Amino acid sequence: MHNASKHLLFILAPLVVVFALLPGVYQNHLLLFNFVIFLILAQGVNIIYGFTGYLPFGYVGFFGAGAYGFAIMVMHLHTPAPLAVLVGGVVAVALGLLLTPLLRLSGAYFAIANLAASLAVLHFVANPALEGITKGPYGVSLTGTFNPSHAYYAAVVVMALTVGAVVYLKNSPFGLALQAVREDAVSASMAGVNIVKMRVIAWLASALVAGLAGGIYAWYVSVFYPDNVFSGEFSIFAIVFALFGGVATITGPIVGVLILYGIYNLIGFTTPQYFQLIYGLLIMGLVLFLPAGLVSLATRRGWHVP
Amino acid sequence: MSPEKTPILEVSKLVKRFGGFHALDGLSFHVVPGEILGLVGPNGSGKTTAINVISGLYAPDGGEVVFDGASAGGVASHKLVHRGINRTFQVPKPFLSLTVRENIQVALAYGGATRAPSIAELLEDFRLKEVADRPAADLNSAQQKMLDLTRALATRPRLLLLDELAAGLNPAELDWIAGRIKALAATGMAIIVVEHLMGFIEQITDRVIVLNAGREIFEGTLATAVREPQVIEVFLGGEHAH
Repeated sequence: MHNASKHLLFILAPLVVVFALLPGVYQNHLLLFNFVIFLILAQGVNIIYGFTGYLPFGYVGFFGAGAYGFAIMVMHLHTPAPLAVLVGGVVAVALGLLLTPLLRLSGAYFAIANLAASLAVLHFVANPALEGITKGPYGVSLTGTFNPSHAYYAAVVVMALTVGAVVYLKNSPFGLALQAVREDAVSASMAGVNIVKMRVIAWLASALVAGLAGGIYAWYVSVFYPDNVFSGEFSIFAIVFALFGGVATITGPIVGVLILYGIYNLIGFTTPQYFQLIYGLLIMGLVLFLPAGLVSLATRRGWHVP
Repeated sequence: MSPEKTPILEVSKLVKRFGGFHALDGLSFHVVPGEILGLVGPNGSGKTTAINVISGLYAPDGGEVVFDGASAGGVASHKLVHRGINRTFQVPKPFLSLTVRENIQVALAYGGATRAPSIAELLEDFRLKEVADRPAADLNSAQQKMLDLTRALATRPRLLLLDELAAGLNPAELDWIAGRIKALAATGMAIIVVEHLMGFIEQITDRVIVLNAGREIFEGTLATAVREPQVIEVFLGGEHAH
């Protein structure tokens, strides 16, 4: 069997089936929804960081843009929710296009500039002068679209598409070329790869993923403030989950979300003091001993991890 | 000039400056298909800069690069690769976390070669078969150089620029790679070799250009070059020249 088919059958399909069926047996639907959202965001970070090496500290900018894209369509044009989600994705891609000059930077400079850009978008959206459009700092309260169940399944669909995209990157010359650009841009250009085009495609793809997730989040919660959907926690969590599992793999970010977000929900609310301690220790241990993520425990032994 | 000897690359009055430093200062030369041309000269004479300009890494500040009848100065590297120029690097630059096979696959997929060579053949020809599925980071420096070369050849270049490919190879490897380079030239590929190893240059080149301070000071065979007082002067210093 072709590798991509194996990955779709043994990774993507079980993940989708489990998250599609879980609401029937587990009552905390909000928790399940958040898991799906973080699975999407961690894979979105994987696309841009794992495959091209750009660390998007301001990744939440796309998520928030998607949420507001959704909200504005629903509030002002009474657009049906699924269509408004797509618009959320388009808004995030438009923001990504606007920010393409950031791709000239690298390393920490890119990360900081991206963080600043996401804060700029937050303050733009939260500007009281734009109250007529975005409701400014007073927050959005959507009526008529509230349907957590539909929003949840929409999130599962976007998760399936995102993981599918990563399966494609892992098994295609395109994904290989992206990794080549990450490894050495000059050599990649001598292999005939148009490095600017590749970087922009990966950047916009990861923006689209976060925008769609943001749109669905807005659909699910219906009431939110700018600080909620532009919260730096989304970026940090998505990055930490992806890194913890191991980027440039299909399974790494999934493992990272399931373990770390699992721990967060097990002890994060009940005993926050232990949670901070355990989380901090886990992340320090990761950086010191497993910089390539949990999957490197297997790859170091010569096992192939998809 | 017979049709098959029409130059595939013509460089004229090429200038490249870095701040006030003229790395290339009016360099002109040409190379014809099937020819192996050596670029020699002391450190800082402009050899690698010339290769970097021809392969699109630097845009020239003046002069012209014409490849296969069309201007190639300041054109993006990947476009030049598609037109038929490729190169190796003085310090090899493989994609370290990708396997040897994947390194070559990128060039096969994106190099734009219409009749791409087979990956098995490339691995066999350049002694990389045994390490094909290992990450490039595991290779020794000689193997990484061969991987650089193999990746370049996967794009089927008509002009190949070799930047100190022979440095660090042992005598047996030098003989072997000299044979390989000659075999490539015999297929009609034009090859420019930048090298410090004069024995190697003598073994493989048809003609050499000696550079100093970004200009050509001699053109001809290496055997003649070593008797030229001006060449001796730039290599050994003024007092040895007479």
